[in-house]
Parts: sequence; C-alpha cells; structure tokens
Amino acid sequence: MASDLSAHSFRLANGGRIDRSRPVRFTFNGRTIDAYAGDTIASALLANGIHLVGRSFKYHRPRGILSHGSDEPNALLDIDRGAGRRDPNNRATVVEALDGLAARSQNHWPSLDFDLGAINDRLAPMFAAGFYYKTFKWPRTFWHRLYEPAIRAMAGLGVAPTESDPDRYTQRNAHCDVLVVGGGPSGLAAALAASESGARVILADEQAELGGTLLHDRISQIDGRAADTWRAETLATIAARPDVIVLPRTTVFGYYNHNHIAMVERVTDHLQAPPAGLPRERLWQVRAKKVILATGAHERPLAFADNDRPGIMLAESVRAYINRYAVAPGRQIVFAGVTGSAYQAAADAKSAGLAVTFVDVRDPTQCGEEVGELRALGVEVLTGHTIIGSVGRKRVAGLIVAPVNGPGDVGAHRTLPCDAIAMSGGWTPAVHLFSQSRGRLQYRDAIDAFVPGASAQSECSAGAANGTYDLAATLDEGWRAGAEAAGTTASRSFAVAPSTRTDSGRARSLPTDRDADRVRAFLDFQNDVTVKDIKLAVREGFQSIEHVKRYTTTGMATDQGKTSNMLALGIVAEALERPVPEVGTTTFRPPFTPVSFGAIVGQARDALFDPIRKAPLHDWAEAQGAVFEPVALWRRARYFPQAGEGMHAAVSRECRAVRSNVGIFDASTLGKIEVVGPDAAEFLNRIYTNAWLKLAPGRCRYGLMLREDGFIFDDGVVARIAEDRFHVTTTTGGAARVLVHMEDYLQTEWSDLKVYLTSTTEQWGVIAVQGPKAREVIEPLVEGIDLSPGMFPHMAVRVGRICSVPTRLFRVSFTGELGYEINVPTGHMRTVWDAIIKQGAPFGITPYGTEAMHALRAERGFIIVGQDTDGTVTPDDAGLGGMVSASKRDFVGKRSLVRPDMLLADRKQLVGLTTADPKLVLDEGAQVVADTKAPIPMKMLGHVTSSYWSDACGHSIALALVSGGRARLGETLHATTPSGFAAVKVVTPVFFDAEGKRVHGGLEHV
Amino acid sequence: MSERSAISVSVLGAGATYSLRIAPELVASVREAAGFDLTGSINTAISTGAKIAARLGPDEWLLIGPDGQSNALSDEIGAALAGHFHSLVDVSHRNVGISVAGREASMVLNAGVPIDLGDAAFPAGSATRTVLGKAEIVLMRPDADRVYRVECWRSFAPYVRAFLEETAREFNSQ
Amino acid sequence: MLLITCPYCGARPEIEFRGGGEAHIARPSDPAAVDDQSWAEYLYYRSNPKGVHAERWLHVHGCGRWFNAVRNTVSDSFEQTYRMGEPRPDATKERR
Repeated sequence: MASDLSAHSFRLANGGRIDRSRPVRFTFNGRTIDAYAGDTIASALLANGIHLVGRSFKYHRPRGILSHGSDEPNALLDIDRGAGRRDPNNRATVVEALDGLAARSQNHWPSLDFDLGAINDRLAPMFAAGFYYKTFKWPRTFWHRLYEPAIRAMAGLGVAPTESDPDRYTQRNAHCDVLVVGGGPSGLAAALAASESGARVILADEQAELGGTLLHDRISQIDGRAADTWRAETLATIAARPDVIVLPRTTVFGYYNHNHIAMVERVTDHLQAPPAGLPRERLWQVRAKKVILATGAHERPLAFADNDRPGIMLAESVRAYINRYAVAPGRQIVFAGVTGSAYQAAADAKSAGLAVTFVDVRDPTQCGEEVGELRALGVEVLTGHTIIGSVGRKRVAGLIVAPVNGPGDVGAHRTLPCDAIAMSGGWTPAVHLFSQSRGRLQYRDAIDAFVPGASAQSECSAGAANGTYDLAATLDEGWRAGAEAAGTTASRSFAVAPSTRTDSGRARSLPTDRDADRVRAFLDFQNDVTVKDIKLAVREGFQSIEHVKRYTTTGMATDQGKTSNMLALGIVAEALERPVPEVGTTTFRPPFTPVSFGAIVGQARDALFDPIRKAPLHDWAEAQGAVFEPVALWRRARYFPQAGEGMHAAVSRECRAVRSNVGIFDASTLGKIEVVGPDAAEFLNRIYTNAWLKLAPGRCRYGLMLREDGFIFDDGVVARIAEDRFHVTTTTGGAARVLVHMEDYLQTEWSDLKVYLTSTTEQWGVIAVQGPKAREVIEPLVEGIDLSPGMFPHMAVRVGRICSVPTRLFRVSFTGELGYEINVPTGHMRTVWDAIIKQGAPFGITPYGTEAMHALRAERGFIIVGQDTDGTVTPDDAGLGGMVSASKRDFVGKRSLVRPDMLLADRKQLVGLTTADPKLVLDEGAQVVADTKAPIPMKMLGHVTSSYWSDACGHSIALALVSGGRARLGETLHATTPSGFAAVKVVTPVFFDAEGKRVHGGLEHV
Repeated sequence: MSERSAISVSVLGAGATYSLRIAPELVASVREAAGFDLTGSINTAISTGAKIAARLGPDEWLLIGPDGQSNALSDEIGAALAGHFHSLVDVSHRNVGISVAGREASMVLNAGVPIDLGDAAFPAGSATRTVLGKAEIVLMRPDADRVYRVECWRSFAPYVRAFLEETAREFNSQ
Repeated sequence: MLLITCPYCGARPEIEFRGGGEAHIARPSDPAAVDDQSWAEYLYYRSNPKGVHAERWLHVHGCGRWFNAVRNTVSDSFEQTYRMGEPRPDATKERR
C-alpha cells in the first residue's frame, strides 16, 4: 500500500464514478492534490489522506469533512479559480475538482496546522451559550471600537473578495407544469411519470450527476436492473422527451408565493475551459403549476464527547465516498449509530476491503437481523454500547466505547483504534422547501422526525423528503406524485431487491460517566454549539426552540443546521422533558444553501444596473463637455464648463447669458400627457387646484396638483391645444406617478368622464429658448405662427412648424425671462436645436444646464416639487394659496385644505433667506433655528430647500420651509453650516424682478 | 442536444406608431381603420400587410404602420373613427422597435420578461405590455416564426437593446 | 412573487402590478359636506384585517387597468379578482 502522503494513497483500486483516465490537479493550501474528473474537492482530499480542512468558528478546533453534500458544516474552503475568480465559504463536498484550482482553508492564523486561535478551545468554559451577550455588555462605547472588531476578527469564516467579479451571470424566467426538485430515486420516478403525458417538466438537482443515493448504491436492483443502470436509462428517457428540462448543478433555494421557485444553476464552474459567452451561474425563477419536493434526507451525527475530530464523518457519506468516488475515508473505520442504513454502509466498507467495527448504541433488543448479517461478514458488532468520546486531535485515532448495563450504569471503557469514524444518529427529511412554502410540518414518532403535513401551496413531497426511506416505496411514491401532478392516473409499482434497511433508533445525548461539565459534544459544527450549551440555555429559562436557537445560535450558520437541527431539538425536548412536537421546530428560510450575489444581481450590473435615460440632446451635450447629473433615471446636463471654468463660474455665466441675451436648454425630460376627450377640461378641473373650464384653446396655464390629503403632488404647465385636447406637462420625476394618479381617478371615481390619457413624454423633445433675445433668435425659423407679442402673448401655445418640422410652440418661462418652449417630435430635435444654435450665435446664445435653470427659477421664487416640497407642503405653505380656486365645488385635495391641522399658524411656510455674509451659499437641507444658545436638542424651525449663488442679485439666495415663516419676514434666524451657525434674514421668496415684468421682454406690460 | 442558432437583436426602422383609445363597444361596429384590423381580443396582435394592430387593453391599441405615412395615416384612421369618441395620439417618436429573432429568442427574452413565452401561452399573434428587466416593453409575436418585436420608449431603447444583446451572447458564441 | 389574475389579461406576475390599498372606499360625492372626522377616516383609516381583504391593484405594466381583488392576508391567496365597479363578491365577506 502506498504511503499515506502519496497521490491517491486512499483511492480504492476499483469502482467509483470517477474517470481514472482524466487526471486533474489542484492545490490545497499550496500542496498539489491529484484527483480525477468526477471528484469533488472533498473526495480528492480524502483520496489523498487529508481530513483536516478547517478550523471551527468559535473554538478554532481542527475540523474535517463530515458529509458528502450540500449539508456540509465544516469543510468550507476559499476557492480561487484564477484571474480574480475567488470566493470564500465553498463547501468542499460540492465543488468539483478542476485543473489549476487553488483551495485554501479558512479561519486560522498563522496556519491550518498551527492555529493560535485554538487557545479559544482551552478557554472553552468561558464561551458558553450567551457568552457574547453576557460579556460584552459594557461599556457601551466599546461595542463599535473594540468588541465587535475583535470578535469579528476572531470568529468568522472566509474573507470576502475585494476585486470586482469578472464573471457574467444571467437570469431566466421559466414556466412549467411540474417542477421536480431533486433527482434521486423519487425525483426520477416523479419526472418519468410527469413527463409521460407530455407535461412541461423541469427536473433540477444540486449535484453534478442526477441519481441521489442511486449514485452510491451498489446492491439494489430496480425492476431487475442494477440501480445505476435504471438511473441512467430513466434519465435518458426523461431527457429525450419534449418539453422537459433537466438541470444538474441546480439548487432550488427558495420557495415563494404561488409556486414561485428560485433556483441557481452553476453553469461553468465545473468546466475546464468554458465556452465564451456562457454565464458562470444562471438564476432561474420558475412558476410551476405543481412542485414535487424530492429533496431527500440529511443524516444526523451522534452527540458524544469530541465528536468533531477530523475523520469523524456521517455513515452514509462514508458509503458514498467508497462507492461513488472509490475513496477510503480510512482504512480502519468504526461505524457507530442507530440506523439500519449504517449497517449497509458498514457492509459496503467491508466489501471494499476496509477494516470495520460496528457500535450500535441501541439496546440489543431494539436491533434486528442486520446485526447477524453484518457479523456474518466478519465484522465485530457491539450492541448496547454508549460512546464516551474520541481520541486524536487533528485526526481521530480511536473511539472510546462502553457497555450500558442499565440506566446510569456505564461499564468499562474500551478504545477502538481507527482512522475514521462513521456515525449515524438517524435521518432528517429535508423539509426546508416545504416549510418555506408555508406548509405545516408534523412530527412522525416512528422515525423521530418532522415530515410534511398540510400543504399551503400546490406541491407534494415524495421519498425521503416525505419520511419514506424504503427504495421501492420511494419510487412508487415519486411515480404517484409525478402522475398526479401531470393529471394522469397511471399507476406503477417498482420491484426492488434487496429491501432497504430503514429501521432507526432514537439518539439523544449518549450516556456517559464523564463529568458532564467537561464533555463537549457538538451539535452545530459550524457555529460550535454543544449539547452543554443547549442544556445551559434551558437551565437559564429558555423554553421556546426559537429562543434557544437565537441564544445558542444553533442552526443559524450558513448550513442552517441541516445535519444538526433535529438532534438539537431532541436535546431541548429531553432537557425540557417534553415531547418533541410540543417543542416544535424553527422556521426554515431561503436560501436553502448560500447563493452568490452574482446570481442574484444577474445582468443588472454596470451599464445594465439601471436603465440610464439619456435626454435627446445628450450626445451633443457630451460633445460640448457638459457635466451631467442623475434626475430620476434620466441623465441631465448640469452645466457646460468652458475651458478652465469650475461649476460656479460656468453656472454664473450661463445665468448671465439668459438674463442678458439668450440661453438654450434641453427640457425634454419633462413629463407629458396628452389628455383627449370632450370631458378633458372637466377632468383637469377636478385634478388640479385651479380652474380649467374657461381656458381657451391656444392658451397655457400653470397647474398645481394635490393628493387627496391636500399636499402638493406635482405641477406643470398645461396647454389647451383644442377644445377636447390638452398637452399636460409634469415634473421630470413625477411623469409616471402623475399618469397613474390620473388613471386612478379616471377609472375608479369618474369613469363617466369621456377622457383618454396617453403618455407623450418621449414623443416630444423640448427646447427652451429663454432670454430677452429669444424671440429674435427663433422668429426666422418659425413657419405659420405670428410671434408678435400681441398675437402670441406670454402663456400662449401655437401649433405650426419650425425648421419645417411640426411644433407645439409654448410661450412660457421658468426663468422669469421672455421665453419659449419648443416642442418638436423627438427625432427631429437635433436638427431644430442645431438651427437655433446657428441662428442664435450672433446673439451669444448659450447652452445652460439644470443648475442654472434652478438658480434662475429660484431667483424668481418658483418652486420645484420634490425639492421645495416634501409631501407635507400645502399650496398655502408654498405661498401658492392663490392657485387654489375658491369657486370650484371640488377638486382632489380640496377638502383636506380645511382640516384643522392645515390651518395652523406655525405650519412650515416657504420663505426666502439671505445670508449676513452675501458670499455664503447655505447647504440645502441645513436646519434653521431661532436661538443658537438654546439647549440641545434645540427647536428646529425648518430647513433650507434650495440654495444658490445668484449672479443677478450679486449675493447668495435660499428658499426655506420655516415654521410660521411668513410672519417672520425681516427676522434674523440662524442656519447650520459645516462650521457652525450662519445668521440669515427671512425675506419674501422672490429675489429678482419682483413684479415679473421680464417675461414680457420689456416690450409689453400687463 | 441540438444545434444552436444565432440570435439576432436589431433595432427596427422608424414606423408610424399611434396609441389608439376607443371603447370596445364602439370598435365593434368599426372593426377596421385605415387597414388596421381592430377585431382582436386583448393581448393579441393582428398583422395586415405592413400594419400591426396590437390590442393591449380593453380600450387600447398600439397601431404600427409603415414609416413616412405619419400624417396621412393619422388622418385616415381619424376619418374611419369619425363620430366615435376616441383618442388617437402619434407616438412614432416615443417608441422604438427592436427585433429579436432566432430559435432561442424566447429564452433570451425570458432573461428579463417574467411571463410565459411558451407556444401555448404566447402563440403567434400575441402582444402584451410587460417588463424586460427594469424597463417596460410591449412584446409582440406577429407570426409563428421565432421573431419577436419589442417596443419600448425611446430613452429605454439602449438599455433594452444592451440587455438583449448581453443575454444573447451565450447563444451566439457556441 | 405573487401570481395575480388580472380580470382582463389573466394570471400575471406581481412585478407587472402596483398595489393600491384597500378597495371599496368610496370618495365622498360632496367632500365639502363631510365633517373632519369622516374625511380623516376616508383618507387614513383602513381595516388592515388578518384574513380576507378587498384591495385595489393596477396592472400598470400590462393592460393599464385598475381592478379589485379579494386576498387572504395570511395565506396571500387570491380568492377572486374583479373589475372596477363590480360589487365585492359576497361569498367572501364574512369569511376569515
């Protein structure tokens, strides 16, 4: 036999599903590991004699590989696939061996072999249940600075990668008649039955190969064929059927409402050279008419002292490593357990040529003929023995057992030398997904486990997930579930030989003659929770399993206690002296196993994170060097700096151009709604605070819109294009919600009104030309519209053409200057824009951005909904009381305006603020107070909503919402600044052209 | 299992596109306007030559006609519906059409479209408003071919196109 | 994600919809005639039951129609969806 350290030293000469013709090499902590295609990292490590793969979470105890599947609590490795592809906390039992992959153990320093953190193991008595809660309480200030960082450094698993993930991930929505979760015997039978009638079937299994337990079953014959033959044939039959999707390496991790199932498919991790274009993982969201949960069962460990040493594994996993991977987890294996299945595992180990001893902790009277059968193979079987503990440290070297002569009477110890222990404390149906579906679990005493009870959704469980362990019964149950799910009644019965050993005893804490306070029997290996912790929690008064769980953290690690929960529950029940069903079970939550952020994010990263809506002139603005800002999903040009200009200089220059000559602005992002119908005016009359019935076609009006609660919701200019047609504009961010709001009233309250609404936000591009020279600039370009002031006054709209393109030309102003908003079909906008720029060049036409637009409107005291209002501002608060029609009988929000709270004198009202230091521009959001000497917390009167440098005024200006503000005109208040308080004077919120004459271009007067 | 065919994602030329709103009881007597067949049920599209009439709701149709006919077409539709209360709004510049073609086109779409695109649920002649990722779209399948038409608003088109191209990569590189 | 049966389009995923709160809260026909308390109840008071709840939904990314639904807030199952203006199905009124 090869030395223990040579390659494949623990590889069996024959058998297994690995491909010996395809050697694979990876590294573990820098050491080269020889493996075969078909190996997992775990099976390859075991094949090379390596059990020690990590240090435990709290005590830093040496830990090995416990299981062979996704329930693995210990063997969590950092996996580096190169080129930035590294992620921690991978289960070695799940990751497939691949050339060049680098695996590293976690949670130790300086090395796995010698870990200083193991001092925690010696100090273990300190770290009892609730240790953190009891110890790190005081002083409070130590929490963030000392305790938490120190604890996080000491406890914890892998290290998150810092590099950006270079892989791609996608998502897919799918629908099917039947989703079968799990490709073991019951799942295969279910999929076979369901697909027979042509139903749309998805069969998903988390492993690389479908088959579940059949993959390591060397003895069963199904309908006269070897289990693996039946498996392969069945799978081929299913996969060949139309409308069937078979997904290996796909974990169903979430069961949500109405049979909405989330699963993640690992597409490329197992491929040496993945084809370009393939995503690393694909997140599936499946809506299934029926779900069949064939998720199998998890084996439980036994709770005995030092049951966590490397080399101590689950019995069925030992069987899987021997049969499926041709790996001997040890050459001398002691099996210990209470289950019939462990006898089969022991028999398989024996026939693989390994030395086997069996310890049955059940009383001999509870054991069946399996004892005799195993003895007949030449295996020593001890029944009625308890387990006192194990020996060894980084690798188990022996199991200490003793006969139980009667209650409390433990006989002489005997140490069984070994290099591996295979334990089996019973089986726990994997009811996670069933529980997530909100189905009710019920306790089945015969198997000491919770099984699915009443369903909450359209699903059904089959096989081991349903507590059915006999292979023939499992197949029958799967078939029946599949047939029923597909709506057929075809029945089928499977013949299986030999019959499955399904008997199981009930294992709790095992009898011992050792000092109970010193014994550490682990339940939750990942969170380092022991039997002693559970018992302490119960002694301290915790009775609810949910509380015990949170106090001890049992079952709260990333494995969600798949192996440990039932045993922990049994111990709690034992300590409380109550039956298990009375103690109940904890809640199962998604995800079943950890899911990468990449899969959840899917395509939604980088440029696809969110749609970025670019305004029609975006490319032009970009070429001009514009600086952009996000406004809802839009990107808008904020300002256009010229060479050497900062924002302040650029914005001042842009503002100056508008006030003195002419500016041009892309206002296309404004929301637009076409309101059509004979009742359009009546509809708007009810939606807006002001009056619309008498607005003549060809005229515009500013409209203010409230919610029913009386607070400002949106605003904008509305033009009456024709008797039955209005062109409504909304704020940029409010476009969608205003349409929903309008449709709501139209469909649910006033369905008698003949009105239709259509969003035209993106149909119309809007070019704002503003400034004293605006008319001169556009006049030569406009056809069919008389722009003379008498014919086309402020707040008028005309339909005509500009640059031969159809236009709805508005004479409106958000700057306080003479101005036009030229609506043209978006696709023509650039042509018109270029023509205006050319025409305006002699006038010094200047493009301006949102920042200048804001400053200009603030100089005139025009509000921006959402900036100067926040959903608690009434028209009167905003100084827009005049916008509210007194004569209209009703409009949305009217009744709320006279509720007592809306009339209080100390409501926050919109005022202007000027700073004592004219150059100081306040922060938007700065708090306003009356008395800077008042004790903290001092009364805050309000806050600054808008604040700019005003080029026209030569000083800074601000708008603010201040309690009782209009009664404070002239008062000096104080606003917070990063360096203290600044004195401000309360003024009327109009800073420039108080009489509003400039919109008429100085040529006309109202 | 089977050979994969390339997926093509392409932006369609501008069409003359209208949002038509009219009550179902009124349309029952009209049935047709300017060559657009309005008799389809909700979530269907009827193609007549180069014209598509997609019924998106009980009283809402999206009409897509050939480019360059904008004014003439709207006048024609208006004339056909004269006397019946309706709303006809030109959205030719609001909408962008994107074609997704290829055997696995429905899988590419289903990366972001949450509804069932199987042949039984979304047969030839289907049309509906839905979402693709974070964008609202109108999805149509004018005929039995694996050619789908995605209509979205202009500013969402770069996102929709990039989303589809990104998802199509795995089908186009094997 | 819920599966919601739009009365016009059939079963569609929740992501296409927007919730609109409790249904059958009629806007007073003459708000001016309503006293402050009644108006406050119209604005803010909702039944928030554990069990059967009639509520409004908008198929915003679908046919654009508002409609009503009777949903069990415990199980999240929809007992019925119906068009705006149709009465709340009586069968579900008294059930919990």
